[in-house]
Amino acid sequence: MSQTATVDHVVAPDSGKGAVDYIRNGKGIVSWLTTIDHKRIGLMYLGSVVLAFLVGGLFALAVRLELLTPSRTIMSAAGYNQAYTLHGAVMVFLFIIPSIPASLGNFLIPIMVGAKDVAFPKLNLFSLYIFWIGALITLSSLVLGGIDTGWTFYVPYSSRVSTTAVVNVTLGAFIMGFSSILTGLNFIVTMHKLRAPGMSWYRMPLLCWALYATSLVQIVATPVLGITLLLLIFERAFQIGIFDPALGGDPVLFQHFFWFYSHPAVYIMILPGFGIISELIAVHSRRKVFGYKAIAFSSVAIALIGFLVWGHHMFVSGQSELAGTIFSFLTFIVAIPSGIKVFNWTSTLWGGSIKLDTPMLYALVFLILFTIGGLTGVFLGMLGVDLHLHDTYFVVAHFHYVMVGGTAVAFFGGLFHWWPKMTGKMYSEKGGAVSAILVFIGFNMTFFTQFFLGSRGMPRRYYNYLDQFQPLHAFSTVGSWVLGAGFALGIVTLLVSLKNGKQAPANPWGGLSLEWQTASPPITENFESTPVVTHGAYDYPLAQGQKEHA
Amino acid sequence: MSSSAEAHVANGEKSPQFHVAHHFPTADIQFNSGKMGIWLFLVTEILLFGGMFCSFAIFRSWYLGGFVEAHHHLDRVMGGINTIVLICSSLTMALAVRAAQTTNKKAVTVLLGLTLAFAATFLVIKYFEYSHKFHDGLLPGIHFTATGFQEPREAGIFFAIYFMMTGIHGFHVLAGMGLITWILIRNLKGQFSSRYYAPVEGVGLYWHLVDLIWIYLFPLLYLVG
Amino acid sequence: MATHSDTHADVHGHAHGGADHVPHVLPLKIYISTWIALMVFTVITVAVSYVDFGDFNLWIAMLIATCKASLVALLFMHLRWDERFNSIILVSSLIFLGIFIGFTMSDTDNRGRAEPIEHDRPLDIKDPFGLQSPQQ
Repeated sequence: MSQTATVDHVVAPDSGKGAVDYIRNGKGIVSWLTTIDHKRIGLMYLGSVVLAFLVGGLFALAVRLELLTPSRTIMSAAGYNQAYTLHGAVMVFLFIIPSIPASLGNFLIPIMVGAKDVAFPKLNLFSLYIFWIGALITLSSLVLGGIDTGWTFYVPYSSRVSTTAVVNVTLGAFIMGFSSILTGLNFIVTMHKLRAPGMSWYRMPLLCWALYATSLVQIVATPVLGITLLLLIFERAFQIGIFDPALGGDPVLFQHFFWFYSHPAVYIMILPGFGIISELIAVHSRRKVFGYKAIAFSSVAIALIGFLVWGHHMFVSGQSELAGTIFSFLTFIVAIPSGIKVFNWTSTLWGGSIKLDTPMLYALVFLILFTIGGLTGVFLGMLGVDLHLHDTYFVVAHFHYVMVGGTAVAFFGGLFHWWPKMTGKMYSEKGGAVSAILVFIGFNMTFFTQFFLGSRGMPRRYYNYLDQFQPLHAFSTVGSWVLGAGFALGIVTLLVSLKNGKQAPANPWGGLSLEWQTASPPITENFESTPVVTHGAYDYPLAQGQKEHA
Repeated sequence: MSSSAEAHVANGEKSPQFHVAHHFPTADIQFNSGKMGIWLFLVTEILLFGGMFCSFAIFRSWYLGGFVEAHHHLDRVMGGINTIVLICSSLTMALAVRAAQTTNKKAVTVLLGLTLAFAATFLVIKYFEYSHKFHDGLLPGIHFTATGFQEPREAGIFFAIYFMMTGIHGFHVLAGMGLITWILIRNLKGQFSSRYYAPVEGVGLYWHLVDLIWIYLFPLLYLVG
Repeated sequence: MATHSDTHADVHGHAHGGADHVPHVLPLKIYISTWIALMVFTVITVAVSYVDFGDFNLWIAMLIATCKASLVALLFMHLRWDERFNSIILVSSLIFLGIFIGFTMSDTDNRGRAEPIEHDRPLDIKDPFGLQSPQQ
């Protein structure tokens, strides 16, 4: 193992002398729209998902504002149904699922494994276009009657009752599914076939492992969403009866189909976050990751176990008691690999030279919020407890702790971590730190409150509520403003850096993985010559008394 | 990308269209990457149809009587002929890949043409089956109007699944015909050789999967119900 | 599969054409005999369907279909000679399909089992564990 933490370069005959970076290589919008460079595609994805995050965020703020008082605050009950549905649908399908894999993953995976591009660059661009088309069809519902089914599109309401633009949103989600599949496919082949010489599986950064596991889920689960939404569209258009009890069909079957995708999709959302946190914690505490293989394989384990537990969304749906019991039991197993990760991250921090810069702050925020989110998930996975808490604010709080406190926070942490690499600009450390702290405070104000609301019986998706819940609801709403301000400040900090930021060095954080061994921003071909890897991604010089990693 | 193609021409190698994309170290890795990509794509196809197989299994288990009654209204001769047609098309497709491997351009053209003809035959037979069902009112869900059934509701579900499964499968046949036409044109332009035939192989794998799905659809829907 | 890149470690970047792709051409008779086997299986499965074996008809039909599918996958699709990972991909897709169908049917085929039990042994909501009533 090399102790000097360098990467040896082999000079290839065509090494790009004086090559310009990928941003300046080609001017004008056409050069971006026709690019097959994974870094540019990643950046375009980044812009798209951040835009979606803003749209979904506005709906969230509107929902919270409406809940400030019982009955009408700013919108009608029908408008409220549409606002939370659009919040959910936009956040899930347009933001969280593509967020980390398609933007940061696209940018980083080829560089991290030492390749020049993903395995299928044209397919990569194609999947971006599919994403845009699907997103536009989904958003067209905004002007074509909205949607009020909840993001889960449960039948028979979505198939027979709702008069809103259900078909637009489901068709859009169906189309975006292809984009998700093709991205995952691309990543898996890239990691199998295009690793640089010396880049063995166990030298890959943990983000790659996490995204590999994510890609597995995307490939296996997404097609089932496809057939589900297709059946829903046919059910709505032609009443074919498969989900319609009046025609002999079974509405619970829809829930099985939906959650066979959507539960694994929860891991599409959180696994990339795990990957980012592994990077952030190791690099910003200058410490070799504790239990590299345990973290790597726990990602794959979560992806696989994630396929066995979908029925825990359906404890009160009328599914059989046998199925409920099996699903409840299997759900507990997910806690094991998740726990392994949290303990390993904590152990990595222990004894490290921790630098509390913005990415590290976000990582710490993640650790706390995800732990709460994960543990409350164990409560909800318990069949008996869930009967009480099902469809209450407790569930809302739980999954926001995982999705926002986990994924969105990891996404922002990763954005701050790799921003200098992606754009070549350093951002204001002060702005980043304040945003992380605001997010932490605002998030807990918004959602910790909801654990109380939920356990006291406040049902989710309700427009009106008892007066006794009002103080907690008001507190939560104020929290949402702080949270919104935190995320907004984060985005503004990054955007301002584009104009005023200092030129970033190639390796501002002292990272050892390959992306830090090339220029910021990288050249189009990523590396001057194909790198030869001689050490693992986290082989920091060992402190005295530490043991060499096997 | 084009630089490598030029390099090969300069080296006096055959098949000028062949090139290794800039991000692949070798032609072999490029070929195997493409193949792995296709296999991963086939996984998504299997799970897409998997949803339909799942609903078939569930409703058959609930409505065995109705399903058996309904499946007698499918024409197992036509279904059997279609099975044979698809198997033959699979053979011609496999042979087309082999011909491409041995740089036999003319054979590739003939075999792909035959595959297209078989695919078209399949769809024509399917068309006659469908129009017969439409005429008899053997339709999904609310549109089921055929009389004389003991369990019309259950038969409606059977035909919902029948039309969804065979419809999506038929759509895949149609898409396959488009893909075969695409590689047929590329073959006529002389773009394939023993050194570069990945698209033929890829379309071939897809086509065999379409056949595979039918191998299960036929007995489930037509034979055991 | 961990060694794909490692085995090419000596090739580095732009060694185009260094490891050319050489197709694995199978003898013609493999294709023809596979085709004949598939046709025979098709005839068998249709013939068997005219005989009533009760529940076994389904399993016989599925067994024959699986034989046919294996022939197509192994021979026409070259899995037998391919990188093993491609076979792993195919097999794992079937495992996931099995999970999907199996777990869903663990619900659909077991609904309503608790009702008769509750009917025979009704639950006293005020005393669910039978602590207050004297033990029999």
